[in-house]
Amino acid sequence: MPEGYLPILVMVIIASAFAVIALGVSALLGPRRHNPAKDEPYESGILPFGDARRRFPIQFYVVAVLFILFDVEIILMYPWAMMARRLGLFGLIQMGIFVAILLVGFVYAWKNDAFKWQ
Amino acid sequence: MVPLSWYLILAAALFCIGVFGALARRNAVGILMGIELMLNAVNINLVAFWRHIGPDQMTGQLFAIFVITVAAAEAAVGLALIIAIYRQRNTVNVEEIDMMKG
Amino acid sequence: MTLPTLNFLAILPLLILVAATLLVLLADLVVRNKRVLTFLGLLAVAASLAAVLLVRPAAPTFQGMTLADELGLFASVAILVATGLALLLALERTSDFTRRPGAYVALLLLATAGMIVMAKASDFITIFLGLEILSLSLYILVGFAQRDARSNEAALKYFLLGAFASGFFLYGMALIYAATGSTNLAEISKGIASHSASLPFAPLLPIGVGLLLVGYGFKLALVPFHMWTPDVYQGAPTSVTAFMSVATKTAAFASLIRVLAAVWSGDRPWLLALAGLAVVTMTLGNLAALRQTSLKRMLAYSSIAHAGYVLTGLAAGNDRGFEGALYYLIAYTFMNLGAFATIQAVQRRDQNDVTTEQITGLSTQRPGLALLMTVFMFALTGMPPLVGFFGKLYVFSGAVQGGMTWLAIVGVINSAIAAYYYLRVTVLMYMGGATAAAGDIPRTGWAVWTTLVITAVATLALGLWQQPWMESIREAVTLLALR
Repeated sequence: MPEGYLPILVMVIIASAFAVIALGVSALLGPRRHNPAKDEPYESGILPFGDARRRFPIQFYVVAVLFILFDVEIILMYPWAMMARRLGLFGLIQMGIFVAILLVGFVYAWKNDAFKWQ
Repeated sequence: MVPLSWYLILAAALFCIGVFGALARRNAVGILMGIELMLNAVNINLVAFWRHIGPDQMTGQLFAIFVITVAAAEAAVGLALIIAIYRQRNTVNVEEIDMMKG
Repeated sequence: MTLPTLNFLAILPLLILVAATLLVLLADLVVRNKRVLTFLGLLAVAASLAAVLLVRPAAPTFQGMTLADELGLFASVAILVATGLALLLALERTSDFTRRPGAYVALLLLATAGMIVMAKASDFITIFLGLEILSLSLYILVGFAQRDARSNEAALKYFLLGAFASGFFLYGMALIYAATGSTNLAEISKGIASHSASLPFAPLLPIGVGLLLVGYGFKLALVPFHMWTPDVYQGAPTSVTAFMSVATKTAAFASLIRVLAAVWSGDRPWLLALAGLAVVTMTLGNLAALRQTSLKRMLAYSSIAHAGYVLTGLAAGNDRGFEGALYYLIAYTFMNLGAFATIQAVQRRDQNDVTTEQITGLSTQRPGLALLMTVFMFALTGMPPLVGFFGKLYVFSGAVQGGMTWLAIVGVINSAIAAYYYLRVTVLMYMGGATAAAGDIPRTGWAVWTTLVITAVATLALGLWQQPWMESIREAVTLLALR
C-alpha cells in the first residue's frame, strides 16, 4: 500500500525544496565581500594551524576503547529498567552483580594507569 | 506496513557490503568496520524476524541486545590489538603484516 | 508475574570460574609474587572440576539455556583438565614472555568459562555467548608474547578471521531462527520434526545450517577455513597454543554435535558434505605438515588433520561414529597437550618456537624429554596401545558402519602419510648428531614435569583402560537421541 507513504513523500519534497530555495536565493542575491579574516574556517575562533589529518596521541584510542565498553554495556540495563518494579529485589541484586563485575574491570584499568595522560 | 522481505533484502545487502569490505580493505580498521556491518545486518534480521514471528516472545530482541554488546567488546579487543601492532611496526596494512608464511 | 526459577547449582562450575577470574584480577593489583595468582587459578580449576563431578542437577537448567547432560559433563571435564595443565605449564615460564602474568591467568580462566558455556549451551544465544567469551579471551592470549613480534601478528590475524567467522555464524543462527521460530535447540528440533514443509521460511533452514557450518569450520580449523591456524599456533605463547589447540576443539565439537543432533534429518547429502569436508581437511592438513621445519607449525597442520578425523566420526552419522568422535577428543586433549608441553620444555627462554634442527640429537642431552616426545608422537601417529590408536579405530569403524568405507580408507591412508612426519621427529631426536648446545635448553621445572607425566600416563592408560568411561560416552551419545 504505497498510498500510506504519500505524506512522507510530500514532506520530503517540501523539505528539500525549502533547503534548495533558501540556499539558492541567498547565493544569488547576497553581496560578496572577501577578506582574509572572513575566509578562515572559524572567523573569530582559534587560529588554524597544520593539517586536520594529524596523528592523535595513542592515549585517545585507549580512552576511546574503554569508553566503547562501558558505554555499550549500559544497553543490558535497559530491559531490566523496563521491568525493574516487577523484578523487585531479585532484579536489583542481579543488576548489582552485573555492575560489580564492570566495576572490577574499571578498577583494574584504573590501577594499571589506563586513565593517566602520560 | 513494510513487508518482511524488504527487511531481509536490506539485511542481506548490508551483510554482503560488510563481507566485501572485510575482504577488500587492506587497512585493519577498515576490515573491522566491514565486520561490524555484518553483525548489524544480523541484528536487522533478528529484530525483523522477532516482529514477524510474534512479539510475545522476546527471543529475537534479546539476541540482538547480546549481539550489540558482544560487537562492542569485539571492537574494543580489535582496536587494542591494532594499536599494539601499530606501536610495533608503524603500519596497520594487513598486506605488510606477514612475517609468517608456509 | 512469577519470576523464573533459576537453578544456580547447574552453573556452579561457571560461577566458580568467573568469580576466580575477578578475584585474580583484583589480587593482581596487590600481590607482589605473581606465582600466587597461578596457584589461585589452579585452585579455581580444581574447585570447578569438583563441582562438575559432584553436583549433578536435574536437566534443563536456566530455562533451557544450558543443559546439564553427560555430553556437557564430558566436555567440561576435558576442558578443565586442559586448563589445569596449561596453567601448570605456564607457571615457570610466564615471566619469560609477559609482564602481566595476572591478566594471563585471568584470561585463561575466562576462556575456560566460555568453553564450558559453549559445550553446555542448548540455545543459540548461549552458544554465541560462550563462543565469543572464549574467542575474545583467546585473541588477547595469542598476542601475549610481547617480545615476539610474531605473537602480535598472530593475534591480529586470529581476531580478524575469527570475527569475520562470527558474522557468518550469527547470520546462520538468524536464518534458522526465522525458519523454525525459536533459538532453542529442543524447540528447533521439534519444529523441524512436526511440520518441516509448512514452516513459513522452510527454505532458509538449509542456508542457515550451511552458514552455521562455515562458522564452526573457522573455529575448528577445517579446510578450507583453516588459513589462520599455522600462523596463530606458531605465534602464540606455547602454553596458550597447547591450551587452545585441544580445549577449543572440545568445546566447538561438543556444540557442533548438539546442533547437528537438533537439526538432524539424517539426510545423506548433509552427511556426504561433512564427509567431503573431513577428507579435504585431513588430506591437506597432513600434506602441509610434511614440509614444516617449525615444530609448532607442524603440529598446527597436524591439528587440522586431527579435526578431520573427528569430523569423520560425525559424518558417519551413527552412534558409533559420535562415540568415536568424543573418545578422539579426550585422546587428543592428552597427546597433543603433551606434545606442546615437550616443545615448551625444549624451547629456549628467549624463543617461542622449536625447529627440527634444534631437536636433532635431543636424546643425548635430555633422554627423558626425548622419550616423552616419542610417546606423544607415537600416540598422534595412532600406534597401539596408545589412545590415538583407539580414537582412530572408533571413528573409522563408525564410518564403515555408516556405509562410508571409502572414507575410512582415506583416513587410514592419511594416517600413513602422517606417520612420516611424526616419526621423523623421533628419528631426528635419536639418530641425529647433537647440534644444539645442552645449555640452550633451560632446566625443566617440577610444574612442567608434572604436566608431562600426567599427559604421558593418560596417553598410555586411557588406551588400556577404557571400560568405565566408554560407558559414560555411550550414555552421552544415547541421550542425544539421533533420529
